[in-house]
Amino acid sequence: MDFLTVIQLLDSTVRLATPLLLACLAGLFSERAGIFDIGLEGKMLAAAFFSAAVAALTGSVWIGLLAGIGASVALSLLHGLASITFRGNQLISGVAINFLAAGLTVLIAQDWFSQGGRTPSLMGGARFEPITLPFADALADVPVVGPVYAELISGHSVLVYLAFLTVPVTWWVLFRTRFGLRLRAVGENPAAVDTAGVSVIGLRYAAVVICGVLCGIAGAYLSTALQAGFVKDMSAGRGFIALAALIFAKWRPWHALYATLLFGLFGALETRQDVITAVIGIKVQGQVLGALPYVMTVIILAGFVGKAIPPRAGGEPYVKER
Amino acid sequence: MADKAPAIELKGISKAFGPVQANKDISIRVMPGTIHGIIGENGAGKSTLMSILYGFYKADKGEIFIAGNKTEIPDSQAAIAAGIGMVFQHFKLVENFTVLENIILGAEDGRLLRPSLAKARKTLLELEREYGLNVDPDAVIEEIGVGMQQRVEILKALYRRADILILDEPTGVLTPAEADQLFRILGRLREEGKTIILITHKLREIMEATDTVSVMRRGEMTATVKTSETSPAELAELMVGRKVLLRVDKTPATPGDVVLDIKGLKVVDDQGVERVKGIDLQVRAGEIVGIAGVAGNGQSELLEVLGGYADATGEVTLNGQPLDLSGRYSDGRSRRTRGIGHVPEDRQREGLIMDFSAWENTAFGYHRSDAYQSGMLLNNAAIRSDTEGKMERFDVRPPDPALPAKSFSGGNQQKIVLAREIERNPDLLLVGQPTRGVDIGAIEFIHQQIVALRDQGKAILLVSVELEEILALADRVAVMFDGHIMGERLSAETDEKELGLLMAGVEG
Amino acid sequence: MDVVPKWAEVILVPLISLMLAAILSALVILAIGEDPVAAVNLMITGALGSTYGWGYTLYYATNFLFTGLAVSVAFHAGLFNIGGEGQAMLGGLGVALACLLVPWPHWTIALLAATVAAGLFGAAWAAIPAFLQARRGSHIVITTIMFNFIAAAVLNYVLVNLMRPAGSMDPATARFPEAVHLPTLHDILGVVGIEFSKSAPANVTFLIAILACVLVWLLLWRTWLGYEIRSYGKSESAAKYAGISPFAITMIAMLISGGLAGMMAINNVMGEAERLVLNAVEGAGFIGIAVALMGRNHPFGVFLAAILFGFLYQGGAELALWTSIPRELIVVIQALIILFTGALDNMVRMPLERLFLMIRRGNA
Repeated sequence: MDFLTVIQLLDSTVRLATPLLLACLAGLFSERAGIFDIGLEGKMLAAAFFSAAVAALTGSVWIGLLAGIGASVALSLLHGLASITFRGNQLISGVAINFLAAGLTVLIAQDWFSQGGRTPSLMGGARFEPITLPFADALADVPVVGPVYAELISGHSVLVYLAFLTVPVTWWVLFRTRFGLRLRAVGENPAAVDTAGVSVIGLRYAAVVICGVLCGIAGAYLSTALQAGFVKDMSAGRGFIALAALIFAKWRPWHALYATLLFGLFGALETRQDVITAVIGIKVQGQVLGALPYVMTVIILAGFVGKAIPPRAGGEPYVKER
Repeated sequence: MADKAPAIELKGISKAFGPVQANKDISIRVMPGTIHGIIGENGAGKSTLMSILYGFYKADKGEIFIAGNKTEIPDSQAAIAAGIGMVFQHFKLVENFTVLENIILGAEDGRLLRPSLAKARKTLLELEREYGLNVDPDAVIEEIGVGMQQRVEILKALYRRADILILDEPTGVLTPAEADQLFRILGRLREEGKTIILITHKLREIMEATDTVSVMRRGEMTATVKTSETSPAELAELMVGRKVLLRVDKTPATPGDVVLDIKGLKVVDDQGVERVKGIDLQVRAGEIVGIAGVAGNGQSELLEVLGGYADATGEVTLNGQPLDLSGRYSDGRSRRTRGIGHVPEDRQREGLIMDFSAWENTAFGYHRSDAYQSGMLLNNAAIRSDTEGKMERFDVRPPDPALPAKSFSGGNQQKIVLAREIERNPDLLLVGQPTRGVDIGAIEFIHQQIVALRDQGKAILLVSVELEEILALADRVAVMFDGHIMGERLSAETDEKELGLLMAGVEG
Repeated sequence: MDVVPKWAEVILVPLISLMLAAILSALVILAIGEDPVAAVNLMITGALGSTYGWGYTLYYATNFLFTGLAVSVAFHAGLFNIGGEGQAMLGGLGVALACLLVPWPHWTIALLAATVAAGLFGAAWAAIPAFLQARRGSHIVITTIMFNFIAAAVLNYVLVNLMRPAGSMDPATARFPEAVHLPTLHDILGVVGIEFSKSAPANVTFLIAILACVLVWLLLWRTWLGYEIRSYGKSESAAKYAGISPFAITMIAMLISGGLAGMMAINNVMGEAERLVLNAVEGAGFIGIAVALMGRNHPFGVFLAAILFGFLYQGGAELALWTSIPRELIVVIQALIILFTGALDNMVRMPLERLFLMIRRGNA
């Protein structure tokens, strides 16, 4: 296996990891605040559709992105209404949101575009184009560093850089700001936050809105950067892989990056099985790679490789008591 | 004193939850620099009143004055702003945060954490010095003891510049030594001019620590007196509204053969902490053995082991036959077939399924017994008619087997459990906190039933944190402290003082 | 004290939730420029207006009965089994193996064997998450979600690599032999002289599903095992006190749940497709969640809800055929029903509580 193949493989790893990373960090904000979210998938899907649809209609991918974020945040608020305001079952609410998105996106797509639940293909300004970083062309011929910079680091859409930037930002917000302290506290013991005179409801809504924004970007990336347009069910379980990555990362931002990169690599390898055969000498079926993130998450959950302890108040609606 | 405004003054506070009047026209004045006790039975409305003061509930009627100014307290934030700090019975701490992080939570200055933490550390150390409180700012809450956790709660209030400190049942989880330390701290706070409200149902604490005391009964404030001018007997009477029946009518016990024989019993909990540290105890037929002690000294674990739902090591025999302390024959079902009945300490979490009807609860634990089966199916009609009989004999009101357990009062719930366990005619009955949260009328009835079972020649092991109950009911008393039995006494030959010393861990 | 009387809790709350879902769905239909009344009429004619329509409605309902019961049984034990989809996939594998490996002389024996195989495979797939929950405390919702994806991968692998007939490009098993063909409602009703559509897929499995309803009801409310399952679901601490083993109940409830979900396969794989294809379950595992919630986890409620969803599925297919409303409309309705009955139930209940409190005050 030559060097270029490695670079190509890592390049597609980064591409595939980006939506996982954004959705994973989205889930991290929500679950750190004590709101379980299995609706990441649905929010991503809704955002993918609305950003592609609005981008197609307006010709501007940026307006599309905003629309995608808006759709995702709307679903987040619905989740908040059910699980924070009306103290409903957070898991069931998440399931409902996934179906709502799966159904509504196709319904609206058919109504707007009549193309069998798709949006038209996006072109030009309606799509996030790869960015060539400074000196990429000039450095391309330098051995090792050149291809790494020009092929792997340069040449992604702006959302990829944004996603990677979100990791340190998330870490900083969570562990270095007042908001982060309160957010973590509300996921562990909301009564402590409440008696300290801080609104549990306000914090939790803030968390689900942040979750919505990040899921929105993740969805927009799918339909306007990774692909050129929306197709039915295009999130294809990524929301659940992001959830798996979140558990794998034990709800920590930097580990979320590593977990999503790993799962992104599995995805990249699925299309390059020749590489696996070349490296380990055995033919590995695509299905095995596809199932690997889920299997690994189950193993982590089973506590065979370090116990994953979720935020203590996760999934429990907060009821004030004496 | 007369020229100073009271630190807190409540005027005509009323609060109802649906049909229940939790607080009825309550007025109270607490002068600054004093410790004021509020005493009353469980459910007398003490906690509701304090929750109103801390902005958790909104009073239906009434006014609050802080330092002479009328103050609205719609939420906790307003209470904090008014200089009120509260130490809840169940601490409100984030378990995996450090002491320092818990203290600044909600009172950070600035959006960034590091400067807040640095500043708080300085202030905290000053506060610790000023009030003689000792905590490590960097310790993680889940790794420190309850005594220190409580000091963190006090520091949290002081950090927020509270002038008024409310403590709700602060000694429930403390050892006697820790409780003494707490009262020393409270004394120190009083010297510094803080006002303290101490909510408790323990007369001893009121007499030892407070300057003035208010008594609450059924949502009303029945009296406010100077502590130095009252006596425990008078307070007790004010609390319950009539002379407490301290003696249960019973004849001296005639103990027979040994039914339960415990040798070297040790219990280690899930966290790996040894809770019962090798105890020996015998209970004979026809006697009631009471286990006294402050909550959390291993009594609950003892009951759980005997009831079959905690593992232990050691040797336990019932009627001479060994009892499994781990493995598949160590469960509630095997215990029941061996003739052990169990009225658990917490009837709402253990003894009953609150959503199940009374008749379903009557089968609980005995649902596999032959009498309740017909072929492969449950004989629901048999369970129902059995329940009707039990409800009549134990005077459960209302006598409706179809009502869910949660719609009965505490006393009637306890009667349902008691009827189920006693009428199985067990050789040994385990009884935990039989009258906790039970109204006075039902207490007498429950005590009589337990004595009646003894008089049929059954062995009874009673665990209660109420010393008076132990003394009234038990024939023999064993005191547990820190997982050990400190000593055994015949209840006719001992008194509260002697037992109190044993409960505090002082060798008899 | 409960403010809302039991009859209102059991009947009114789900009905209001259903109405809310219906109103919102009508608005969705309006928004995409179609006429809701015409759509409902079309759905009713298409799903209930002919024996052909009924044949499909009952066929879908049979699937949902099994998956709905599966979710309900787990719910009673306090477990949210979101893995019905994967368990039904594995059940399909069991059915395919049973039908293809043994030359059955008659469909009755084949049906018996296939039912057992489907149940065992489904139960086995639920057993691992159940064990991990009971022994290692791994959250069963997450593990069953993961197991859905793993099941899809397993099935994909088996169909592509192991069970695909030589020369076929289709990731599916060979067609089952004629001998294991299950009688359809046409065959069964024909015996008593009732005309029923010949081409609709509803078959004898529908009767088995009804039998399953009765058995689940008996199990939950008439046996000590069901009593233990319900006790454990209500209060784990009380269950321990009563000598009910959390491990045993978690395992048993999930095995029954997975078995029921797996048994769906005798309907769709053996009764309809007569071979195992990749996407045989078609989301029925998830619809089970909506059916269980709508039916308040009671077998009779599950029966009504399954018929309702069968109607929606068949009606939705008709809509997609004759109008420009895509089939996904049903997914939206399903989402709304899950939302209102399972997550926003307090939104429906709170105004009702206020109403009943007012009535009670008025009477007093």
